[in-house]
Amino acid sequence: MRDYPLLRLLPYLKKYHARIFWGVVMVLGTNVFALVSPWILKETIDMFRHPFNRSMLLTYAALIIAAALAEGTFRYAMRRILIGVSRDVEYDLRNDLFAHLQLLPASFYQKHATGDIMSRATNDLSAVRTVLGPGIMYSINTIAISIMATVLLFKISISLTLLAFLPLIVVSCAVKKFGAIVHTKFERIQEQLSRISTQVQESLSGIRVVRAYNGEQAFIRQFDEANQEYFRRNLSLIRTSALLHPFNALFMGTSSVLLLWYGGRQVIQDRITLGEFVAFISYLAMLIWPTIALGWVVNIFQRGAASMGRINQLLDAPPEISDHSIRSPVSIHGRIEVRELNFSYNGIPVLHDISFSVSPGSRVAIVGRTGSGKTTLVQLLGRLYPVPDGAILIDGVDINKIPLKQLRKCIGFVPQDTFLFSESIRDNIAFGDIDGSAQRVQEAARVAGLEQDIETFPHRYDTLVGERGITLSGGQKQRTTIARALFVQPRILVLDDSLSSVDTYTEEKILTRLADAARGCTTLLVSHRISTVQNSDQILVLDQGRILERGTHQELLRRGGIYADMFEKQLLQEELDVDQ
Amino acid sequence: MNPHEDEILGKAYDSRLARRLLTYLKPYRRIAGAAVLLTLAASAVQLVGPYLTKIAIDSYILRRDLSGLNILALLFIAFLLLQFVLAYVQNYMMNWMGQKIMYDLRMEIYCHLQRLEIAFFDRNPVGRLMTRITSDVDVLNDLFASGVITIFGDIFTLAGIVVVIFAMNSKLALVTFSVIPFLFLATVLFKIKVRQSYRRVRTAIARINAFLQENITGMSVTQLFVQEKRKFTQFDGRNEEHRAANQQSIFYYAVFYPLAELIGAVAIALIIWYGGSEVLSGSITIGTLVAFIQYSDRFYKPISDLSEKFNTLQGAMASSERIFKLLDTPVRLLNPASARLPKAVRGAIEFRDVSFQYKENEPVLKHVSFSLSAGEKIAIVGATGSGKSTIINLLNRFYDVTEGSIFIDGIDVRDMPLDLLRRSIGIVLQDVFLFSGTIAENIHLHNPEIGESQIECAARIVNADRIIEKCSDHFQHRLNERGSSLSAGERQLLSFARCLAYNPAILVLDEATSNIDTETEILIRDGLNKLMRDRTAIIIAHRLSTIQNCDRIIVLHRGEIREIGSHQDLLKRRGIYYKLYQLQYKEQLGATGTNGS
Repeated sequence: MRDYPLLRLLPYLKKYHARIFWGVVMVLGTNVFALVSPWILKETIDMFRHPFNRSMLLTYAALIIAAALAEGTFRYAMRRILIGVSRDVEYDLRNDLFAHLQLLPASFYQKHATGDIMSRATNDLSAVRTVLGPGIMYSINTIAISIMATVLLFKISISLTLLAFLPLIVVSCAVKKFGAIVHTKFERIQEQLSRISTQVQESLSGIRVVRAYNGEQAFIRQFDEANQEYFRRNLSLIRTSALLHPFNALFMGTSSVLLLWYGGRQVIQDRITLGEFVAFISYLAMLIWPTIALGWVVNIFQRGAASMGRINQLLDAPPEISDHSIRSPVSIHGRIEVRELNFSYNGIPVLHDISFSVSPGSRVAIVGRTGSGKTTLVQLLGRLYPVPDGAILIDGVDINKIPLKQLRKCIGFVPQDTFLFSESIRDNIAFGDIDGSAQRVQEAARVAGLEQDIETFPHRYDTLVGERGITLSGGQKQRTTIARALFVQPRILVLDDSLSSVDTYTEEKILTRLADAARGCTTLLVSHRISTVQNSDQILVLDQGRILERGTHQELLRRGGIYADMFEKQLLQEELDVDQ
Repeated sequence: MNPHEDEILGKAYDSRLARRLLTYLKPYRRIAGAAVLLTLAASAVQLVGPYLTKIAIDSYILRRDLSGLNILALLFIAFLLLQFVLAYVQNYMMNWMGQKIMYDLRMEIYCHLQRLEIAFFDRNPVGRLMTRITSDVDVLNDLFASGVITIFGDIFTLAGIVVVIFAMNSKLALVTFSVIPFLFLATVLFKIKVRQSYRRVRTAIARINAFLQENITGMSVTQLFVQEKRKFTQFDGRNEEHRAANQQSIFYYAVFYPLAELIGAVAIALIIWYGGSEVLSGSITIGTLVAFIQYSDRFYKPISDLSEKFNTLQGAMASSERIFKLLDTPVRLLNPASARLPKAVRGAIEFRDVSFQYKENEPVLKHVSFSLSAGEKIAIVGATGSGKSTIINLLNRFYDVTEGSIFIDGIDVRDMPLDLLRRSIGIVLQDVFLFSGTIAENIHLHNPEIGESQIECAARIVNADRIIEKCSDHFQHRLNERGSSLSAGERQLLSFARCLAYNPAILVLDEATSNIDTETEILIRDGLNKLMRDRTAIIIAHRLSTIQNCDRIIVLHRGEIREIGSHQDLLKRRGIYYKLYQLQYKEQLGATGTNGS
């Protein structure tokens, strides 16, 4: 499979095997009728040598049109079927690709740039489609017409055929050779282009440094050099590639001359008729295109194989979180237990020996510096990464044994980065259940403190978010994500630093309403802000992946450790803010 | 940012854009002229083939003249060679010209970008600017290298066929040409339809892209809220739209190609029917009949090529519009018309009632006034967003003040030549930007005035020589993009060396806050002290040691100066600085105490 990435397409093609069969039949039909026309021409011309009825001319003319009609019908069907199948396979493949992407874990998306994944799902897929459509169609077509036309040519004259084929063989070899040279030179061009791109990207990203050091002229000079080198490499390619078409024309022409000269002699010597001679010219012309197409088709297949390889890499990325749900769905109350949880990411240990338990309906806060592992800890609860067996339990059941869907449905997640879809506010809030009632949406918005903001939006709940709609402030975004999590009426609510863009006053109001609305709901709160966490039932202080302190606000203050220190500093900061 | 911006197809032809594009051809008008002539010549030679076939049949084959046939074959070969040479030279010239124009355009865009103000780069993502300089320029290459000039060739070929076959037999020519209007009509109709469906396909693919972009970014949200099914249905809808648009375009292609062949077949049928009876009545020869059939085969290509060029033209118009829009962005930050030159910049700085806003009604600095005498060192402290970095950005005119003025040695910075101003100010930013290239290149930044000895000297003074010695090839060691192989502290030291090599009168430094290991920390502190020596310095300080080395301290809060004075003064005042000191620097002192560094 690795050596022949295109083999992966076989199951896709199999689905359409009946249509492909008929497509091939159409190719054969097309070519049979394409060959009729020159034969009629031959008959016509040979007729002139003997006295005959003029009405025969009309018959021949009608035959030519009839053949063209038949050929056209077959060709129409051929294109519709074969190219159509390629679009269908493209569609299937793209859907499969997206479905697979939906299974991949967060770690995959951290390793692969969005642009890279997108380019595979569009550009590479398009290259593969070209193989399936034009690639396959022209291959079959080329083979069919070559065999049929050659048979007819041999029938007319073996020696003439062999002679006329000589230059065509040269062309075919030359196209291949040219292809190789062009490929190498083209790679050198691409290499230089990527150098230019890097230069532009760097000098624009670092534009402040460039300006600060008066570097404009120097960077322009440097760019000029790269640009000139790019020009030189292009020119080197042009020197070769500009030769290709004239070269082909020369050898094709030579073939015609040989035909004219040797064929003419044969006519003079009465070995073949003039009609056969003219038909020969037409058949030979039919072979010219396939000869050129050969190199082109090889190229399509090579590119397609490379692209398919890149697509296969995506399709082969393992969906790390496999859902081997053993348990049938249970009703979840919200007791969380973490037992000696150790977790490493990319071989780097992130969490060490984490143990704590949360009773249903209580509020637990996790505080700590950036990079202390807070986010990873709460993400594990939603199984965004593979969780070690037996390390996290909900209602006494290992979360690896709870069906993934059920697990996630009972957790209302408010992630750190406030991602919203460019849909309406309503659809964003009702994201977890798009058919939810308007009342539920409004209620979620109210608790999240978003209701008044929405009143001011141009189309209220139908206002679009994002590029095509309005731009929300950081705080509005955060409150929308909170409403989204509340909307699903979760048993467990996870707020990952979700109030950082909201001022302390609004924060307090939201937290109070939350306590009211989400009564009985277990809440996990991640924050740097003491004001956010101080009323929690339990506070865990995380540092470098370990729990260093735990207790209530009062207990931790009395202890005089990290938490107390943080509290003191933040109090000062708040005082400074109020002072001014 | 609008992700669809690049997908919008403009008008196929816009005379304003076309005229402007033609100006790029101007420096190469001789070559362009020659290429046109060669194109015409090559098209003319191409027409000879069928005519020679006619002569061969009528004069030699039917008359059984073997030696005549030999001569004709040789003549034919000569024409082929001529055609080969003409086509190659023409091809080469046009591509050469195309590449030259691309080179010119790229330089023009790049130079223009280098003149645009910093605010422009805040608004325009680097990725989009790169697209202008690479892909958009490449699209124009197609136009110059194969588009414009070969149009002449196509028209000439068509005209040539008309002339030749009329000369052979005008009646038969008229009969043959009766199909041309149909061919033309079919082609034009086809192109209109294909353009529409092409647009539909482009829109569909843009929608797929936008959807993918959004959903890959928000994949974890979809997964957490178990909405995979619904999102998949949405994706399927867009995918289906794309397939439908393509099936439609397949239909047009599937109809057009057979139709064009059918029209060609009608032409041949007409030639056989009408021409055949002419042959029988002896008014034309068999050779003429064959030549007519061969010529009629050649109608189609130029007509189809012409409409193909139309697509190239359309793409080129859209790209050139985007490029010209960029080139037309006015350069706002100009060099003063009549610059005032100080004899030598000594480094006295004055901010007089300076206010600044990046966005309307969101002032970042409010009536800031302070002054430094030459050689004085001042530290600016304040919370994030208090306006500290803006002071740097205004001093060396990354932006111009909204109100008030900034003076260096008594001259308004807006009256100084930009290069002199910036040469006088050495900037070290918190996030050190290193380019991919050698260490030496990153220090001299391609300034030819900075020699090897200066680089080495600068590196040694600020303690950067130690990290350089650790690298293979020393100064010639190549750094990766952004210098990612170095630690934050090492990058900082390199930026000190860069600054010192330029030997500015004024030093502006945004101190790094990132964690740096103790050993490097000592090197940096020492390097910084040496860097500040004999210079006026404005330092956005985060470390107590740096602050204490300054003569005065400015406390900036929400865009206003709240306190100004020496360390001791400000501590006595028990104001904001005192609190900040308690809050942040106390800990630093404690940490240094226990770590023993």
